[in-house]
Amino acid sequence: MYSKAYSRTVLIPPLVWVGLFLFVPYLILFLYSFWQVRFQVIVHDATSANYAEILHNPLYLSVLFRSAGIAAAVTCACLLLAFPLAYYVSFRLRTRKEAVYLLVIIPLWVSYLVRAYAWKTILGSDGVLNKLLEFAGVIDHPANFLLYSPFAVILTLTHIYTPFVFLPVYASMEHIPRNLMEAASDLGASSSRAFWTVVFPLALPGALAGITFAFVLSLGDFLAPLLIGGPRGIMISNIVVSLFGAAYNWPLGAALSFVMLVLVIAIITLTERLEKRL
Amino acid sequence: MGCLLSIRNVSKSFGSTVVLDDISLDIAAGEFLTFLGESGSGKTTLLRIVSGFEQLDGGEVWMNGERIDQLPPNRRGVNTVFQQYALFPHMSVFDNVAYGLRARKVPATEITSRVEASLAQVNMRAFSKRFPSRLSGGQQQRVALARALVNRPKLLLLDEPFSALDANLRKQMQSELKSLQREVGIAFVFVTHDQQEALALSDRIALLRHGKLEQVASPRTIYNVPRSAYCATFIGHSNLLKARVTDGVARSGGLEWPADPAAGDAVFSLRPEHIRIVADTAPANPDAVRFRGTVLTQFFAGAQELLEVQCEGGVVLQVRAPNKGAILKELTLEFPASKAVRLES
Repeated sequence: MYSKAYSRTVLIPPLVWVGLFLFVPYLILFLYSFWQVRFQVIVHDATSANYAEILHNPLYLSVLFRSAGIAAAVTCACLLLAFPLAYYVSFRLRTRKEAVYLLVIIPLWVSYLVRAYAWKTILGSDGVLNKLLEFAGVIDHPANFLLYSPFAVILTLTHIYTPFVFLPVYASMEHIPRNLMEAASDLGASSSRAFWTVVFPLALPGALAGITFAFVLSLGDFLAPLLIGGPRGIMISNIVVSLFGAAYNWPLGAALSFVMLVLVIAIITLTERLEKRL
Repeated sequence: MGCLLSIRNVSKSFGSTVVLDDISLDIAAGEFLTFLGESGSGKTTLLRIVSGFEQLDGGEVWMNGERIDQLPPNRRGVNTVFQQYALFPHMSVFDNVAYGLRARKVPATEITSRVEASLAQVNMRAFSKRFPSRLSGGQQQRVALARALVNRPKLLLLDEPFSALDANLRKQMQSELKSLQREVGIAFVFVTHDQQEALALSDRIALLRHGKLEQVASPRTIYNVPRSAYCATFIGHSNLLKARVTDGVARSGGLEWPADPAAGDAVFSLRPEHIRIVADTAPANPDAVRFRGTVLTQFFAGAQELLEVQCEGGVVLQVRAPNKGAILKELTLEFPASKAVRLES
């Protein structure tokens, strides 16, 4: 064990860092959320009008709900892709496990922007998908509903966040002792029964961690909707960005940010509790 | 008792390594049979072929007149107690034991009574709501036994079940296992590398070496009449005497004893405890071989002394003699000629 003095000393730099660059900005943001804009000037008059505006103006709530819906769809899609993949890599692959694992990781090394733009070139009206469908004779003129839609956002975010679900699920599956599967089979369970009674419950904490990542990260995403969402694919973070930008309503933007922050903290606390119960 | 399980000409290789080489073995109903061998002898692989976790390369496995080597593990009617118990960590003791019955769609009321009866059998009824992580090694072992036996298998396979237990608990679990086996009357196939455990528990021992059966016999037979030098030294200690047999007499460095008449070079096994120290003046025993020797080393081992004795002819023998509390030097010794067992070369 280290001495108390030593523990305190090494704790100082990270605490200062977090305090200076996380808590102080949040505090400033929090203060801003109670101020208001009058004649293009931010006035330091305390008011709860910003929060009231968020609750009463249907625009904000509907975009918030749509964002949550998109995030939920992304989370489901990620889980549906990542869980079977993790099971296959962890339990079925005997050789080349690392190679497949690496294939899942590699996209994480590619810039987010590059991946989002890649989908633009695939889904666009002059894109790879349309050309392919035209070539195959499925369609005779380019389908333009692919790009600039919630669907495009869900697709892109699913692609980006699937590894975030795969990794914790895979890690928890790798920790399942292999003889448990043999025991299940020995006791008369079919392989699907063994999956649902042994693998699934034991991989659930990992899945929960993964879906928390995917949901929280896609809820707050603003680049994918900006690049490929179009007007119908707008999400709550895009509104925050515009409030801090062109709209010049920092107090409302701050309030909206705080609503999201509280939402996200609530989700993380909830899943953490759930995880402990499993 | 009839033959329950029949292993016929089973072979298995991993890559270019032959793990099992043409093994044939019958197991009777209600029998306690042990696969004994060092690590790498193929004993665990043979067990896993019976349970269905390994596929055989050649040969057949039959149970009750039905060929089972192509069946998946969940349709074989055998159950296994795994080396590290393999209890499901997310289920209570009750749910662990009920797992096999639920998989076989046994009615719920029957499940409750059978699980409780099975837990009572291993004295774990009070623990049915506990989770495995809250149990000691011995308790987990008992749950693993109950989980297997509740399914009423015709054959129970045990893969080194006591290897994780400390020595005292091991002894206790051994005797519990033996009485449990008598009680349930199910055939047990037990894998171990511990020869003491094998001798204490088994009706028969199948001694494996490099994927081949060295000897299959009762513990007494395998100890008293080992078939090969490996059997003689792996199970217990033995003096291996290289001798030349002519005219029904075996000769080895000054020792002579009557042997079966097949002439030629042969190796004999003589257990250290079969050599006795006798008084010089004792009357000659016609069935015994008497000789004089010099003690080279003397190890005190509690009730016994372990001696290394050099005979007049030069052969060095290990002798296990009762502790008389004296330093021994020059001795007269004898052994019954029948105890020198001729080994197969």
